[in-house]
Amino acid sequence: MSGLALQNVVKEFGAFKAVNDVELTVPHGTFVCMLGPSGCGKTTLLRMIAGLDLPTSGAIRLDGEDITRVPTHKRNLGMVFQSLALFPHLTVGENIAYSLRIRGAPKEDQKKRVEELLSMIHLSGYADRPVSKLSGGQRQRVAIARALAISPKLFLLDEPLSALDAKLREAMQVELRQLQQKLGITTIVVTHDQREAMTMADTVVVMSGGEIRQAASPIEIYRRPADSFVADFIGQTNLIEAESDTRGHVTVLGQPVPGLQLPSGAAKATISIRPEDVHLTAPGAGALTGTVTFVRDLGGTIETFVEVADRQIVAVSTPRERPEVSVGQQVGLALTPDVCVVLRK
Amino acid sequence: MRREPPQTFADYSPLLFPAAMLTIFFVVPFGTMIAVSFFQRQQGGFYTPAFVFDNYARFLSAFFGGVLGFSMMMAIAVAICCVLLALPFTYLLTRMARRVQIVWLVALLSILSLSEVIIGFAWSTLFSRTAGITNILVALGLMSEAKALTPSFAAVLTGMVYQAFPYTVLVLFPALVRLDPTLTEAARTLGASPLKAFFTVVVPALRNTIVATLIMVFIFALGSYLLPQLLGRPQHWTLSVLITDQAIYQSNMPFAAAMAVFLVLVTLGLVALTVIAGRKGEAA
Repeated sequence: MSGLALQNVVKEFGAFKAVNDVELTVPHGTFVCMLGPSGCGKTTLLRMIAGLDLPTSGAIRLDGEDITRVPTHKRNLGMVFQSLALFPHLTVGENIAYSLRIRGAPKEDQKKRVEELLSMIHLSGYADRPVSKLSGGQRQRVAIARALAISPKLFLLDEPLSALDAKLREAMQVELRQLQQKLGITTIVVTHDQREAMTMADTVVVMSGGEIRQAASPIEIYRRPADSFVADFIGQTNLIEAESDTRGHVTVLGQPVPGLQLPSGAAKATISIRPEDVHLTAPGAGALTGTVTFVRDLGGTIETFVEVADRQIVAVSTPRERPEVSVGQQVGLALTPDVCVVLRK
Repeated sequence: MRREPPQTFADYSPLLFPAAMLTIFFVVPFGTMIAVSFFQRQQGGFYTPAFVFDNYARFLSAFFGGVLGFSMMMAIAVAICCVLLALPFTYLLTRMARRVQIVWLVALLSILSLSEVIIGFAWSTLFSRTAGITNILVALGLMSEAKALTPSFAAVLTGMVYQAFPYTVLVLFPALVRLDPTLTEAARTLGASPLKAFFTVVVPALRNTIVATLIMVFIFALGSYLLPQLLGRPQHWTLSVLITDQAIYQSNMPFAAAMAVFLVLVTLGLVALTVIAGRKGEAA
């Protein structure tokens, strides 16, 4: 099979399991974002794919070939580090040409390739500058060009945009995604920024505690989170307990929601409802009734905090669709079964 | 934050004490030495104030020129050996666990507490015929009979490298600790074997540090006085040995002073070279 496959990969540091039995397949040409809080094992996993760390057990395969024990320098990959790790003693051009020079490519070929890459990252004419004279965004591009110089099979990036300011970061996300689509290169990015993951990835891999919680497309992750960790980590959500009686009638916070089904045999489950799926109505008309405790008017959207049976539920609505309610008033919350995602325990 | 330079004389007052100490214990004796180097020597061990260049002229003779050349060559050899040994050693040391680093650094610092005399006699025993390391080689069947390795140039070099090695490590250590470890990792992902990464990334990135260390060890070795006498033959004696010989045994103060001034000038010249090399490195 062409692409990258991780099979039962485990990494232990002493008694600590940094990566626990990870199973993942990345088809050729896919853009994967590994997302998770710090210490979830995502960087360790990336370093094992790069060969900088060895897995305690398990196998890593690239295009069907077992590369678990192949040393880093023989893997033909490109990697961008969080610190960028540009060589301070080399110019921009020399940095980009480093992998070609190491492989003994002829000087003219190196020069041609450097020019090609510099024009790709919109830095033509910068070849002879020292890297210390570049701005943050320019250094970022040089690090990307350097990693892509040999047209690697695998493009790995470890928190590549974390050093940039918010505006530049969003621009670079789009640019990086476009570049990846143009080159069709298998790319794995480690990030803790969910916006970044949603913007760039074909597949988002949510990790926590060294395990993969869910691997799916961004919209699937958002719409159908597998468990409460994923639902809570990606975007904002309301996590509410739902109960089912013996006849299969489901109640949420003591009020029945017709049409909602829990997994067979389960008497209780947690459901996730995105704030934009909670619709405010007149009291009594909706499924649930509660009291408004706080209103955050952000101009474009309005967040309404409603207390229902001692639980706080957040509803996000646009000013047009939202009824006029203020703090202390009673309000109805309309829940339809299709927006309630039943989470795995 | 912008800092303003001191405004009044009182702002400079903390400098008074060190300035006074430097003047009394360094500037004045050094001035005396320069003055004496131009004095006229009298037979019988005295000298009279004068302004003659005889002492410097004598220094330029073939013999003393030869000794100066040898001293330089020896100091350069010590500096190169030390850096060649200490650079990979320190590089590996910085990549070890904190505990291991501390053990090694304590061991190295304890070498600094040994006097030159102890180091000299210890090595002369180790290199001797009766109790030396060749006896081990004989016992292992690698040599037919034990022999003395001292006095020789190699023995002097070994002793001096041993003495200068801890300094070299201590100077290189902070620079290597600060070196971003992802630089070598980046080189490896780009296709460089660990050895190639060391030579194409670590060594060039530390160029200035390496040059500064070479010069520091060179100056350190240039002043070596005891080890050449303990481990070497008279032809392995350095300029420092001759200065002592002239000053104490030949009672020729003006000539000894002239040689000392010359040594200081050479040393200062090298310090200037380091500064220039450092500036060039920054500009590049």
